[in-house]
Amino acid sequence: MTENRHEKLGLSDEQVLDMYRTMLLARRIDERMWLLNRAGKIPFVISCQGQEAAQVGAAFALDRNKDYALPYYRDMGVVLAFGMTAKELMLSGFAKAEDPNSGGRQMPGHFGQKKNRIVTGSSPVTTQVPHAVGIALAGKMEEKDFVSLVTFGEGSSNQGDFHEGANFAGVHKLPVIFMVENNKYAISVPVSKQLACEKVSDRAQGYGMPGITVDGNDPLAVYEAVKQAADRGRQGEGPSLIEAVSYRLTAHSSDDDDRTYREKEEVEAARQEDSIHTFSAYLRELGILTEEKEQEMQDEIMKLVNEATDYAENAAYAEPETIFNYVYAE
Amino acid sequence: MAQMTMIQAITDALRTELKNDENVLVYGEDVGKNGGVFRATEGLQDEFGEDRVFDTPLAESGIGGISIGLALQGFRPVPEIQFFGFVYEAMDAINGQMARMRYRSGGTKAQPITIRSPFGGGVHTPELHADSLEGLIAQQPGMKVVIPSSPYDAKGLLISSIRDNDPVVFLEHMKLYRSFREEVPEEEYTIDLGKAEVKREGADVTLVAYGAMVHSSLKAAEELEKNGVSAEVIDLRTVMPIDMDTILESVKKTNRVVVVQEAQRQAGVAAHIIAEIQERAILHLEAPVLRVTAPDTVYAFSQAEEVWLPNYNDIIERVNQVVNF
Ligand SMILES: Cc1ncc(C[n+]2csc(CCOP(=O)(O)OP(=O)(O)O)c2C)c(N)n1
Ligand SMILES: [Mg+2]
Repeated sequence: MTENRHEKLGLSDEQVLDMYRTMLLARRIDERMWLLNRAGKIPFVISCQGQEAAQVGAAFALDRNKDYALPYYRDMGVVLAFGMTAKELMLSGFAKAEDPNSGGRQMPGHFGQKKNRIVTGSSPVTTQVPHAVGIALAGKMEEKDFVSLVTFGEGSSNQGDFHEGANFAGVHKLPVIFMVENNKYAISVPVSKQLACEKVSDRAQGYGMPGITVDGNDPLAVYEAVKQAADRGRQGEGPSLIEAVSYRLTAHSSDDDDRTYREKEEVEAARQEDSIHTFSAYLRELGILTEEKEQEMQDEIMKLVNEATDYAENAAYAEPETIFNYVYAE
Repeated sequence: MAQMTMIQAITDALRTELKNDENVLVYGEDVGKNGGVFRATEGLQDEFGEDRVFDTPLAESGIGGISIGLALQGFRPVPEIQFFGFVYEAMDAINGQMARMRYRSGGTKAQPITIRSPFGGGVHTPELHADSLEGLIAQQPGMKVVIPSSPYDAKGLLISSIRDNDPVVFLEHMKLYRSFREEVPEEEYTIDLGKAEVKREGADVTLVAYGAMVHSSLKAAEELEKNGVSAEVIDLRTVMPIDMDTILESVKKTNRVVVVQEAQRQAGVAAHIIAEIQERAILHLEAPVLRVTAPDTVYAFSQAEEVWLPNYNDIIERVNQVVNF
């Protein structure tokens, strides 16, 4: 008998189905983007595949009407959960004018959407970390009770921006959730060549905050950890560091060939733990998801992805003259 | 002799110096097993071992800082910054530290470091993956900045940079990495830093350019020739220090100058060159010295890239202005 774990976390059947649906949507959009890239239609893809559980689990643990997300380029699951749509993500993939992230000014994966409190980042990794700390500091000063979630890769946890941001948040007991999505590689460089500590979460100790490592393929484990961190943050107890361990199932990006630095067998083994399958199995075993329901869900998602693709493909590019806009206040 | 692309010539130069001098070290993000995201260091780890060619953790200020320590201990580091837009993370190590070591130590300590990095536009990479930031480094006394425009030059200049006893930022234009091949000697050779090359002789106007803009300038010169305007094209090769002697000699002959750079008007080194020309050769000028640059905005998004980047038509237009002044 499979134990019902979500009920204990206060999650309803509808909520876990919604989590699964969001994970699946992220996966399908991502897969479509690769196809479009290989067909020469979109310039660049950087994937969420393998990290959807961590992303969706984390976002669902927050108050998505109030909290802030400072995602990194793989976080399609986070931004979908925060309210960005498939169509908007496709517009960004095609770099069209209507893309809410940046109107095609940044690469796909540089998420930002003001109305959903998704704070735009930029290409240099980890720069979003101190931004999240500043936002949390502002919230504390203005006595607002939101928390800010900032995510980044394990390789990126070596940047000064992580250490400076974490230290500041620790000193000022700010409501920041630092979530490392440890997918075991930074482009070609494995964790063993990035960190001397065993776990990225060990780093929390240096900044006076709790640090935990959870299974990043288990959305419920991530949900639980982030929920606790959010509660801590809201109660004025300060920041937390969460490391969600999974695996990068694709090459680093559409410009990378991972065959030069990792074995096919390793990728295949990781596929066995793919959260899309394991979470689906969990829901089926509990009878929450049936074959029929899943098919329905798949069909509905494919319809969304198709519509989003068609719309974005036919949408207009930004006019070249708009390069002069937004450099300074008008 | 072999036909090489610029990226092959760069790998060849690195291999040459790794062989020549055991103090040469090559490192950076993904440069080891992966051979670099642009494959500039392909095969070097296999050939020279993990002690001399290695991956660093993902942290540029650390890459900059450890280079300083290694250089102080007599090594000749050749670190890579994966894209030059990420140099901001290492700016203090470069402009604040390595550039000033010789001065601070009363001439007792050298920083023979060569920081290699891809940069430049026209390959549909967005801002921070395409910016021309050479001006930031060129404004720092103590730093040298080298920008090759061809495979032949890339090899000779990189070897010279590695052998140079001061810190050099060696910028590799991404558009030129694989855009053409040329004859590159397999044996070692050097090209002096701080020496420009007259790429094409002309009598009516001097075009001063560097990096990818050398090719746009040469193309403009060809077109201008058809209209009876003879343009001399100078490739700076080293953008700091600037070879003013070669520029002034040309100015004295042509009396008209257009400076061409891919960087924005407020960036790069064009303004500096123009100031030098008017200070040192104003009586030789028949027209104001004009510039061809990108506009003063953030690097353009893909669809506007071709509009944003200077091209040979822009150069022709400016040349016609100085010729008809
Ligand atoms: C400051 C900076 N340096 C280098 C890069 C190039 N780069 C982009 S992603 C990446 C690897 C990131 O690895 P990790 O933090 O583990 O995140 P992952 O991509 O694995 O999710 C690198 C080196 C960058 N974007 N920014
Ligand atoms: Mg990683």
